[in-house]
Amino acid sequence: MTTRVGVVTFPGSLDDRDAQRAVRLAGAEPVALWHRDKDLHQVDAVVLPGGFSYGDYLRCGAISRFSPVMDTIIEQAKLGMPVLGICNGFQVLCESHLLPGALTRNDSLHFICRDQKLRIENAATAWTGDYSAGQEIVVPLKNGEGRFVADAHVLDALEAEGRVVARYLDVNPNGSYRDIAGITNAAGNVVGLMPHPEHAVEPLTGPTTEGLGFFTSVLKQLVNA
Amino acid sequence: MARVVVDVMLKPEILDPQGQAVQRALPRLGFAGIADVRQGKRFELELEGPVDDAVLARIREAAETFLANTVIEDFTVRVEEEGK
Repeated sequence: MTTRVGVVTFPGSLDDRDAQRAVRLAGAEPVALWHRDKDLHQVDAVVLPGGFSYGDYLRCGAISRFSPVMDTIIEQAKLGMPVLGICNGFQVLCESHLLPGALTRNDSLHFICRDQKLRIENAATAWTGDYSAGQEIVVPLKNGEGRFVADAHVLDALEAEGRVVARYLDVNPNGSYRDIAGITNAAGNVVGLMPHPEHAVEPLTGPTTEGLGFFTSVLKQLVNA
Repeated sequence: MARVVVDVMLKPEILDPQGQAVQRALPRLGFAGIADVRQGKRFELELEGPVDDAVLARIREAAETFLANTVIEDFTVRVEEEGK
């Protein structure tokens, strides 16, 4: 049976189509999920895509977090369903308290759009099994509010438990504490990432194809589960 | 009708680059002597009925779960007196 990976569309999502395409290129069946529909349509995993859901009103991800589809996703994520939040999706995961910390305005106040070098720190999550720990990849990054913050106690715990999934290399584009680009929950099924692996899956449009690993990883994880 | 005001501010330890940008612009406009600026949000909630403790408790709950992100923000809730 083909693995089904849901991609949620909120009002203001931008990268849902790219995420669906990445899912398809990885060999899974993308399933469009709608923010007002609580039903996850038998998907095996979910991607919360980038964009500006609800216009980033109030705080990025704050209103989306209360959409009907998120009720089910939060419930299923706690039961172990793999969930990847990219950019705005990462913000939604933090607002949902599925991941600790918060994403705030870039320290430079500029919207940053660049090809970003990352180091994969944790290759044992549901979304990073196809990488090796310490592997360096380049994927696009584009955000205005991508600065990961948390109190020192939370940051120390994330580091101690190996829950930093990816770190910025060469340049810290937004002032994220400890160069953190992505984190995971304790179980390793929920991952939030500020850069965009779904934009680095084809040579024609991406700087590399090194983002595809996130999508192939979850496929293997689900097939082996 | 009553009005309840919720003020939301970034916690002191969270960098506020917007406030800093405002603070740096002030001297250029001739406003001297302002050492620091923090930028926050103010919500004015117009109630259908009167304010009582139960209503205020519900508003505090809304502020804590929705209007503010208590990971990075503090909030205050107060009733605005009529005629002001």
